[in-house]
Amino acid sequence: MGIYTATEIMALSAGRLVHNGDILFAGTGLSMLAATVAKRIHAPESVVFFETGGIDPRLEELPLTVADPRVMVGSAVNSGLADALSLLGHPKLKTIAFLGAAQIDCYGNLNSTLLGTYEHPEQRFPGSGGACDAASMAYGVIIFMQHQRRRFVEKLDYFTSPGWLEGGDARRRAGFLRGGPIAVVTNLGVMKFHEQTKRMYLETYYPFTDPEKIVAETGFPLDVSFATVAIPPSDEELAVLRQTVDPQRLILGPPAVDPA
Amino acid sequence: MKLMTAAEAVRTLIKDGDQIALGGFTVNRNPMLMAREMIRQGKRHLYLVVHSHGQALELLVGAGCVQRVEIAYGGVGRFAPTGFRFKKAFLEKKIEVEDYSNLQMTLRFMAGAMGMPFVVTRSGLGTDIVRLSGFSPESRGQGRVPRQKLTLLKDPFDPDGADVVALPPLNPDVALVHAQYVGEAGTCRFCGLTFADIEQAKAAKTVIVTCEEIVPEAYLRREPDRNSLPPFLVDAVVAAPFGAHPTACHQFYDYDPKHMNLFKQIARDDDRFKAYLDEWVYPFDSQEAYLERVGVRDLLEIRANPGWGYAPGLDRR
Repeated sequence: MGIYTATEIMALSAGRLVHNGDILFAGTGLSMLAATVAKRIHAPESVVFFETGGIDPRLEELPLTVADPRVMVGSAVNSGLADALSLLGHPKLKTIAFLGAAQIDCYGNLNSTLLGTYEHPEQRFPGSGGACDAASMAYGVIIFMQHQRRRFVEKLDYFTSPGWLEGGDARRRAGFLRGGPIAVVTNLGVMKFHEQTKRMYLETYYPFTDPEKIVAETGFPLDVSFATVAIPPSDEELAVLRQTVDPQRLILGPPAVDPA
Repeated sequence: MKLMTAAEAVRTLIKDGDQIALGGFTVNRNPMLMAREMIRQGKRHLYLVVHSHGQALELLVGAGCVQRVEIAYGGVGRFAPTGFRFKKAFLEKKIEVEDYSNLQMTLRFMAGAMGMPFVVTRSGLGTDIVRLSGFSPESRGQGRVPRQKLTLLKDPFDPDGADVVALPPLNPDVALVHAQYVGEAGTCRFCGLTFADIEQAKAAKTVIVTCEEIVPEAYLRREPDRNSLPPFLVDAVVAAPFGAHPTACHQFYDYDPKHMNLFKQIARDDDRFKAYLDEWVYPFDSQEAYLERVGVRDLLEIRANPGWGYAPGLDRR
């Protein structure tokens, strides 16, 4: 096992959550890495599709955005938003969506719109894009976050994409037919949600951190009583990620520096 | 259908205050020639309706042409996860922004195209997209602003079920889309993904298509399965080789990472953005002149390989 960056273990941790045969709704950045790395390692029959309309493209080169011409090559179907988004909620498809956000609350509800209010805005993010649609209709959602107190908040400034709403069965009562967040993958560990209450808990933490640090970076009470240390990335996983998936390190960013 | 220059199309078909649908998506097939020409002609108070945009939105908002935007996503992918000019204009309250989702915007264009009074979805239930409005209450019902952003409806087919989200249709004054091929009669062919360009064009009162190549109509009619818009829906066609630059156009060219990175460097700063307009927008009264400024070397760099539809191995850092 070599040294690795937080971004690398995030991509691989999310990739490990993918089952062979899943229909993956990928966004930009890390989710492209997770989806492609899973497809290359253990889930070759999983299919990636993009909200822009690219359905199961070959992905020879890493797309930088969901509208990259690299999502249009060797696809099963090239279509548009209406066609692609119609797959999200299809009852016979187990669609798993990868989403990121600026803020998350303890029920996996997401903010990717703004900080402050419309009247007194403090910060602006791009907005939902297809995130609210995926969070509303997909079979399951895997969320990427930078683990920081200002991002893991008691109350979202703006509620863009639905997770488990107020917890318990609130999601069903609101009218959603299925879905909800499965896991939150951060630069420190992987969180999941309690079966009954739908509150977030710490499942695994990466070898370079510990539950206390994660609690300190979380702005709401986080159950760590089930937490175990994550299995570090294998040499094979790292090789695929670095040499095949993102050789230009377009999304991976700078490589890890060996402290020795 | 009428063949026009960009200058003629903007002068005769686009008015201040018009509601305009921009085709393309973030870094792909943005109607950049039209955006630059609207800026050159000083169009004001535009009302943009888009799903996920994009470089054209950045230029138009930054140049002060835009008053309000209905949008799902304002960004340019990795080059600007949130559009710099969009963010700045929003925070400084130079534009009013109404947030929807991509599906909601797409459904609204479809509803407009099909003459539906409204369209419903479950997407967004319980969220602030449904609860909050970014447009001022005074603007509601004025001009082309819908009376409500959206509303919750009882499901008429399941009275015991949960509410659904009802959205107003969109019928923009103008749709600006960039196609790879247009036939001499006006038939349009988009290659790669169509995003919501077809829905946007069908919903709009006036459709202006810029295109890489104007080809014999018979050439497109040999394979009609690949065509997307019939001639009679198209009001004006503008020949625009590299008309989406610096965004990509599948089978013709990639996005231009060098230009996008240059834009990223200057976009945060008002003065540097103004200097960008002076350097890259105002001087050029033709696409040819603009392309001369970009330069042969950079255009060759991004030229698509027909086997891939993009420029394989392009340095995209």
